[in-house]
Amino acid sequence: MSFLLTCPNCGTREVTDFGFGGEASTRPASRPSARELNTYIYFRRNAAGVQREWWHHRSGCRAWFLAERDTRTNHVIWTALPADAPAGQTPA
Amino acid sequence: MSRLAQQPGERIDRSQPVSFTFDGKPAAGFAGDTIVSALYAGGRRVFSRSFKYHRPRGELCGCGQCANSLFQIEGAPGIRGCSEPIREGLRVVHQNAWPSLDFDVMRATDRVGGPFTPVGFYYKTFIRPRRLWPVYEKVLRSAAGLGRLPRRQDEREWETEYRRRRCDVLVIGGGAAGLAAATRAAELGADVVLCDEDAVLGGLLGIEGGHERVRELEGRARDAGVEILSGAPALGFFDGLVPVWQGSTLHQVRADQHVVATGAIQQPLVFADNDLPGVMLSGGARRLAAAYAVKPGERAVVATVDDRGLDDALALSAVGLDVVVADLRPDAGGGELAGRIRAAGITLLTGHTVVRAQGRDRVERAVVAKVDARGRALGDGSTHDCDLIAVSGGSAGALSLLLQAGGRAIYRPEIAGFAVTELPAGLHAAGAAAGHDRAEAVEVSGAIAGAEAAAALGRSPNGVADARERLAQLPAAAPVATPPAQASDGGRRGKAFVDLDEDVTVKDIKRATLEGYDSLELSKRYTTVTMGPSQGRFSQLPAARVLAAETGLDLGTVGLTTARPPWSTVPMGVLAGRPLEAAKRSAVHRRHEELGATVRWAGDWRRAYDYGDPVGESVAVQAAAGIIDVSTLGKLLVRGPDAGELLDRLYPNRMSNLAPDRIRYGVTTSEAGRITDDGTVCRIDDETFYVTTTSAGVAGVEQSFTWWLETWGLNAHITDLTQGVAAMNLAGPQARGVLTGLTDLDCSAEAFKYLDARHAEIAGVPCMLLRIGFVGELGYEIHCPSVNAEHVWDAIVRAGSKVGLRPFGLEPQRVLRLQKLHVIVGQDTDSEMTPYGAGMDWIVKLDKQQDFIGRWALEHTAAHEPSVRLVGFTTPGGELPTEGAVVLGTDGAPEGQVTSARRSPRLGQVIGLATVPAALAGDGAQIWISDAGRRIAATVTTKPFYDPEGEVLRS
Repeated sequence: MSFLLTCPNCGTREVTDFGFGGEASTRPASRPSARELNTYIYFRRNAAGVQREWWHHRSGCRAWFLAERDTRTNHVIWTALPADAPAGQTPA
Repeated sequence: MSRLAQQPGERIDRSQPVSFTFDGKPAAGFAGDTIVSALYAGGRRVFSRSFKYHRPRGELCGCGQCANSLFQIEGAPGIRGCSEPIREGLRVVHQNAWPSLDFDVMRATDRVGGPFTPVGFYYKTFIRPRRLWPVYEKVLRSAAGLGRLPRRQDEREWETEYRRRRCDVLVIGGGAAGLAAATRAAELGADVVLCDEDAVLGGLLGIEGGHERVRELEGRARDAGVEILSGAPALGFFDGLVPVWQGSTLHQVRADQHVVATGAIQQPLVFADNDLPGVMLSGGARRLAAAYAVKPGERAVVATVDDRGLDDALALSAVGLDVVVADLRPDAGGGELAGRIRAAGITLLTGHTVVRAQGRDRVERAVVAKVDARGRALGDGSTHDCDLIAVSGGSAGALSLLLQAGGRAIYRPEIAGFAVTELPAGLHAAGAAAGHDRAEAVEVSGAIAGAEAAAALGRSPNGVADARERLAQLPAAAPVATPPAQASDGGRRGKAFVDLDEDVTVKDIKRATLEGYDSLELSKRYTTVTMGPSQGRFSQLPAARVLAAETGLDLGTVGLTTARPPWSTVPMGVLAGRPLEAAKRSAVHRRHEELGATVRWAGDWRRAYDYGDPVGESVAVQAAAGIIDVSTLGKLLVRGPDAGELLDRLYPNRMSNLAPDRIRYGVTTSEAGRITDDGTVCRIDDETFYVTTTSAGVAGVEQSFTWWLETWGLNAHITDLTQGVAAMNLAGPQARGVLTGLTDLDCSAEAFKYLDARHAEIAGVPCMLLRIGFVGELGYEIHCPSVNAEHVWDAIVRAGSKVGLRPFGLEPQRVLRLQKLHVIVGQDTDSEMTPYGAGMDWIVKLDKQQDFIGRWALEHTAAHEPSVRLVGFTTPGGELPTEGAVVLGTDGAPEGQVTSARRSPRLGQVIGLATVPAALAGDGAQIWISDAGRRIAATVTTKPFYDPEGEVLRS
């Protein structure tokens, strides 16, 4: 795996500069059922396509930011700090 | 040493002799020589012994592509002698032959033939009995193999510089096409990098008399600002990242556009004993003469299927070889080259090819005959005395990088080989790799590719259409004859090789086909054809032709196998090795060294494990006082109006109601309710908390905290102070006395209680003091700026020396904390351990208002008895179990494990922590520990062994 990622603070860097934070998911707003909790903790969509995900600029400013990436091609559509992220699928 | 007269464009510098040794004997050459060119000039013809049959092998390609001249150099095996330059004093040693290259006893496997020859012999023979495999393996490894890894570490060490380079265009290949492409793109304003595996640019053009043109093209490229990396093979395509290896540097090149101008690889021909030393690619023979002024032989038979062989024959004749040409094409291509051959007085046999090489350990004669379409000789043919058989079996485009980058190859009968068709966006092919074979077409195609790459970057090149038209009007490639799978005189003697690297013969492929391995992919895995060091460069087409002939399929259907990266041989040391993280040392590390500490790794940290006397150190802490450097603790400052709220949501217990200057222990859990870290939280003021974490956990905790902070959007800020703040733990009955002497702070038990925090000056340095006690004694954790840490440490050690204070290391600390059953996260807990399992039920506040991480999972957990619990134990018999030993359940099944165990000097017994089945987790329960054959009886305890009520701690 190798591609470039643009940190909203620092600019474009090799992906090895960053930590992957997994696909953006939503924390249940209120107490989930056992099944919902299980799904929330252990299940991921693992999309073959565009997904919204978290990245951490581990070797840089250490900020967390959101990205949309096509998991098939590693083409990154956008990156943004959570406050600036385009509407759509809301992060947790 | 014999050399030709000065050759135009030769690479050697005759004014600079270079001496080196080969197998311990002196050898000589000139600066610019390769190992092979120098040895060849000295008369050596055998450079290696083959992989399986230990047949003598000579040079094949002359340019670092074949596996016929691999050497061991200064401890490094598998160095390609035909591209590796000689250096003064270099020690070159042969591989895979014993006792010597010229006399190898393992040659018996070839001469005896019989049982060792058939393909699959090893698979079939050495599979049973299975337990003997280690013995077989040892024998086979020394019989077949390529080089030997040195055992001494210093000979194996490798240092590689990694360089990241981003550019607009990467051009792979520095021949005419590559240089033209790079220049054109750079002149259009692109940032261009060009790499070539050869030390000298120019590719084929430089060898075939075009060195003046090469110099011109290279000069233009440099003037245009192209960054040129020579002696630098591109190793492969990895999602757009191309590693380019150049000596001690690995350039990680990422480009928007790639121009692949990797040229073509001349192919060998298949006939009986086509591996005898003296059978060489015609281009390799020509290269020896042109680049190194080495006469490749005296009398040559050139066997060709294309014009390149004819051109090479003319070049060999021009340097004084007596040449006979056998051209498989009935009309020898019908072009002007055939006329020039005849005009030069060279014998030209059309429709002929070499069907057999003869000679004892080197070529002495070639049998040449007219052959039918399947390669069978028509008539007896003629025998020619010669010392060189130069072959040109057509050209195969070097497509591997194009295919790795997403191109597709199809079979094109007119070039008797494969060509690449569908190129993904951003990928351009030029020159011989794109199927062009004439010098002018190669160069024009390069310029077009360069312009197209620039256009894709948004530049507007002019004249691309004109160039395309010019290219189309250039004469088409000369006709090529398709060589037969094997040219044969029908005789049974001799071996006809399709793969020299792996000693795979035509017979092997045929046999594999009969056994059902009738596709190239299966055949490859069974016979190992194409799997040797040259990665199928010279064996893929020949193997495919044999398979096509056997199965009746056409070559397009048989197809190509995928050559995976790396495309060029690269030392493992360039790609891999222990990632050298910078070692972290605390601000007082120098003191530990002065005290003779046993320093060991603890995560990234170098820590004092003990100071030579772990027992005495732990006794001192309990009898008087001790000091331990705990600077490795993670330290986070959490500030802001929502800081308390944030911590309430991150910890299962409550933090927002902590009073200023008070401390609380906390564990963090995952959403699944599993313990992830632990530490203390100290409230400094309303909006400020000082959080410590485990030494190894700080990075993860900070990442997790900041992620949740970002997710919840709370008004707080987290700063990692770990490196800037040093910490040391002063503990023991005399700790208060020592501290009092160094500060104005009232340290009495009433004024500075257990779990209080204070700001105070110690020895004049502003510090934060936390009254906590991991080791179970009255203790103070002193946090101070790292720059002052040595001063504070020294002051405490000096003041304490009067009462018997001793510095103590990690090992005594572990014993002391075990007496208190204090848990070390990661040592006593694993990824499944919940606070309930760890016996910390009290820490989870399910009545808390807020949601917190792990709350819902912990609610479920709280409702069920955990299957195992972490408890203390002693072994009445005094045996010390190994950490990790198995704890047995009531039915004797393994159900838990020992997580920590030590002999406590103070208690005079073995103590430990273990996960045990819940049914056995009560005080006094008997458990059995199974430890590598030992069965150890142990008694469970849930109360600390030392100071169970915490009176000492609070004193």
